[in-house]
Amino acid sequence: MDPIKEKDVIDPLTHAHDGAAMVDPNIHHGHTPEEIRKEMKVYLAVFVGLGALTGLTVYACYGLRMPPHKAIAIALAIAATKGFLVAGFFMHLLSERKVIYGVLILTAFFFAVLLWGPWHHNYDMFGR
Amino acid sequence: MDAHAHAAHHELEIPYNVHPRPDTGLYNAKFGIWLFLASEVMLFGALFSTYILLRSSAPTWPRGWTFLNVPLATVNTFVLIASSVTVIMAWSYLRLGDLKKGRIFIALTLLCALGFLVIKGFEYTHEFQEGRSPATNNFMAIYFTLTGLHGLHVIGGMVVFAYFLFFGHKMWATERERYTNRIEVVGLYWHFVDLVWIFLFPSLYLM
Repeated sequence: MDPIKEKDVIDPLTHAHDGAAMVDPNIHHGHTPEEIRKEMKVYLAVFVGLGALTGLTVYACYGLRMPPHKAIAIALAIAATKGFLVAGFFMHLLSERKVIYGVLILTAFFFAVLLWGPWHHNYDMFGR
Repeated sequence: MDAHAHAAHHELEIPYNVHPRPDTGLYNAKFGIWLFLASEVMLFGALFSTYILLRSSAPTWPRGWTFLNVPLATVNTFVLIASSVTVIMAWSYLRLGDLKKGRIFIALTLLCALGFLVIKGFEYTHEFQEGRSPATNNFMAIYFTLTGLHGLHVIGGMVVFAYFLFFGHKMWATERERYTNRIEVVGLYWHFVDLVWIFLFPSLYLM
């Protein structure tokens, strides 16, 4: 196969070849083949990290047979870390457009309401 | 192409499906998938909320690891994480202009998704053989609802990956950027499916 040339690379920001169009400094996706390959190494490193954290979760919660409250705290902390890695690196939320952050902040607010609503409600009313 | 045909083609062109909109800074499909994912957060959020409510209000609650197959679920977690990597590698190779490697990684993603469903199928079969169904208790009801809904999302992703692998790649010849964007969009969806499982696995199996 022919080696990849600069002109073949698709700029994810402008979708123009040769980087002819304007570049947003807030976005950090790679533009050159070298930068894209560097990103690919980061993805593989994140994969290794996710695998290690999965092993850790299973060992801590299943292997050690902890009491429920400890198991819940540890499992959720590790799951949150894994979620951060997936959202931050694979979904590129560490360097996304402001409009997406806006959508996600709104979603997080309603998600919190969703969790708070039933929690706050006095659900133990039956039979009283 | 004569001037009339060119004008007609221009009229049919859907705006901002390749180039970013000036106001959002995103092409429309990417903004659209994020809005869709926001609605998905609410869908799974409602079920997680139900799970918390049921569990916290129950005097006793079964611990998943005492009867669910944790080793198989752990393997499934690795499989799904691997599929998240393969889809982002596919997108990266497409950005590098390498369709062949891009398609190989899409195929690997599809295989991982299939593997996930096969393993899940073994788990479900075992549960039913042991006499555990959604009617058994609240835990099993929420287990089957959450994992079943997640499984439906996996199947949905597989359909899209299969389309891009076997048919959709023809677009590469004429609209390379648009095809690459499509893989990015389905990749975002797939990472979300992975993200949901990352929380489902400890919630149902390990706590």
